[in-house]
Amino acid sequence: MALLSYTIRRLLMLIPVLFGMSLIVFAIIHAIPGDPALTILGEKASPKALEELRQQLGLNNPWYVQYFHYLWDILRGDLGDSLHTKAPIAKEMGPYLAATVELTLVSMIFAVFIGVNAGIISAWKQNSWFDYICMLIALIGVSMPVFWLGLMEQWVFAQELKWLPSIGRDNPRDPVTAITHFYIIDAMLAGRWDHLRDVIQHLILPSIALGTIPMAIIARITRSSMLEVMRADYIRTARAKGLGQFFVVYKHALKNAMIPVLTIVGLQTGLLIGGAVLTETIFGWPGVGRYIFTAIGNRDYPVIQSSILVIATIFVLINLLVDLLYAYVDPRIKYR
Amino acid sequence: MAETHVETVRVQQPDEPVSSPWRDAWRTLRKNRMAIAGFVIIFVFVLLALLAPYITPYAYDKGELIDKNKPPSAEHWFGTDYNGRDVFTRVIYGAQISLRVGLFSVIGSVIAGTFLGLLAGYYGRWVDMIISRLFDIMLAFPSILLAIAIVAMLGPSLENALLAIAIVNIPTYGRLVRSRVLSLKEEEFVMAAKAIGSKNSRIILQHILPNSLAPIIVTGTLGIATAILEAAALGFLGLGAQPPQPEWGLMLSDSRQYIQKAPWTVIFPGLSIMLTVLGFNLIGDGLRDALDPRMKH
Repeated sequence: MALLSYTIRRLLMLIPVLFGMSLIVFAIIHAIPGDPALTILGEKASPKALEELRQQLGLNNPWYVQYFHYLWDILRGDLGDSLHTKAPIAKEMGPYLAATVELTLVSMIFAVFIGVNAGIISAWKQNSWFDYICMLIALIGVSMPVFWLGLMEQWVFAQELKWLPSIGRDNPRDPVTAITHFYIIDAMLAGRWDHLRDVIQHLILPSIALGTIPMAIIARITRSSMLEVMRADYIRTARAKGLGQFFVVYKHALKNAMIPVLTIVGLQTGLLIGGAVLTETIFGWPGVGRYIFTAIGNRDYPVIQSSILVIATIFVLINLLVDLLYAYVDPRIKYR
Repeated sequence: MAETHVETVRVQQPDEPVSSPWRDAWRTLRKNRMAIAGFVIIFVFVLLALLAPYITPYAYDKGELIDKNKPPSAEHWFGTDYNGRDVFTRVIYGAQISLRVGLFSVIGSVIAGTFLGLLAGYYGRWVDMIISRLFDIMLAFPSILLAIAIVAMLGPSLENALLAIAIVNIPTYGRLVRSRVLSLKEEEFVMAAKAIGSKNSRIILQHILPNSLAPIIVTGTLGIATAILEAAALGFLGLGAQPPQPEWGLMLSDSRQYIQKAPWTVIFPGLSIMLTVLGFNLIGDGLRDALDPRMKH
């Protein structure tokens, strides 16, 4: 029961945050110095075109009227129209969002798998060569500029060695038929295993680039969390009972060591969806990051506003989910 | 006379404990090899940045087109780029930009964050309500995305990128200072100061601020690393420094199409970003272990 009321309270607390977010995103277009219509269309625009744009964006109304219109539209699920393609953004964004989510999830699976295992073994074999090398790699990993890593991967594995494709999600001459826009699922639904192989090959380089920083962070957190847990009394008891080292580490210690790791995984997943803009730019990945990047180039402010709002909302929801999961997994946590 | 005086002082206080939290921290830090490595890396970059005009005979914005995309050699240690510009020269002038952006954006966020955090923590009630909700909302955006949004509003330039990075990171310091203030407010020495009728401003400046310094320094040092990465990312996206500025991120996006022909034009700027960020991370980790062992993971 406590958990349920905690969940409801957290959901209610979300409302002011979402309002605030919409206000900040709304402000993006209004904080443009000078006349936003002029900035969007450029100096050469005709007075008529400027007036039309002002009408379309509702810039002639007082700002609070504009904000309530904006809010009302969002609540109805209308994210506005792109100035560039004239299409409704809510409809246009779907495939981009799916591409980003697919990339993020694969990166996160990579990061968690490698990061958690490296962290566990490092803690287990503390102060061994394996530990030192892992922690050195982790240290370099957290300092790595994602875009540079991406460029290096592209150069070595795509251009020089020609092992893997360097851009896009699939083979442009034999594209995947989009159903859900999650290409791994789409390829499987269509039963095209050659497509699946193709999609996975396209995912490898960008997901390593995107996953490296969270991998390094997860490895460091797992290691320190494991080291702490391994000193606990119940671990000594488990050892005293004569349980094998592997069993103690992976069954007893891991369960408790995973709680801080879980928080980081949630936080990082949210960050990756936002941070994918760099990886997507390098690897020509048609995700939301690149959608925003293109929109900035086109001065397509409604697209910039709406995509940022959508991503921030996802970010907030993931964080909420992790907090709830956290409370669920660890009964010692007080529901404040 | 002077010598005798020193002598007397020594004799008078032979066993006076010379231990203070800061001195203890310094002692711990000196023994931390990783932190020392970080200091060395940053020292080298600072030196290169400051002495750039004396180290290299070339200009960062001019090159000979005949020399374009030449591999590293005795004349051009890091080779030349597609404009025939010396990459080493551009890298060390780039250090000026990155270090400046990292330092000043963090100073900006620390000042604004400390001010807001003090207000929120000390005065509580509706002041705290408003400021804390503002921080919550700002933290609801992935930071790089918020920075992109701010630069998209203000227009792309190095100065606006610096400003955007500073704004985006304000809540990190604000929350930190707020929570410090909340716990310090309950401390006896602050209560005592209040009881003897000290003014609020005096309590904040004399008691609360000095005792919040250690975590601010640790987070600030790690923050410089983040700020440098963010600045390079914005530069890479064309939203930060503009050509011909030798900003590392911009150099990467500029040269990426020549990566097969002239990989050195991409390798060295990227390596420089990584090393400076690594340096600040090492120093930050070391400072954390030395100043605030409880923050250690």
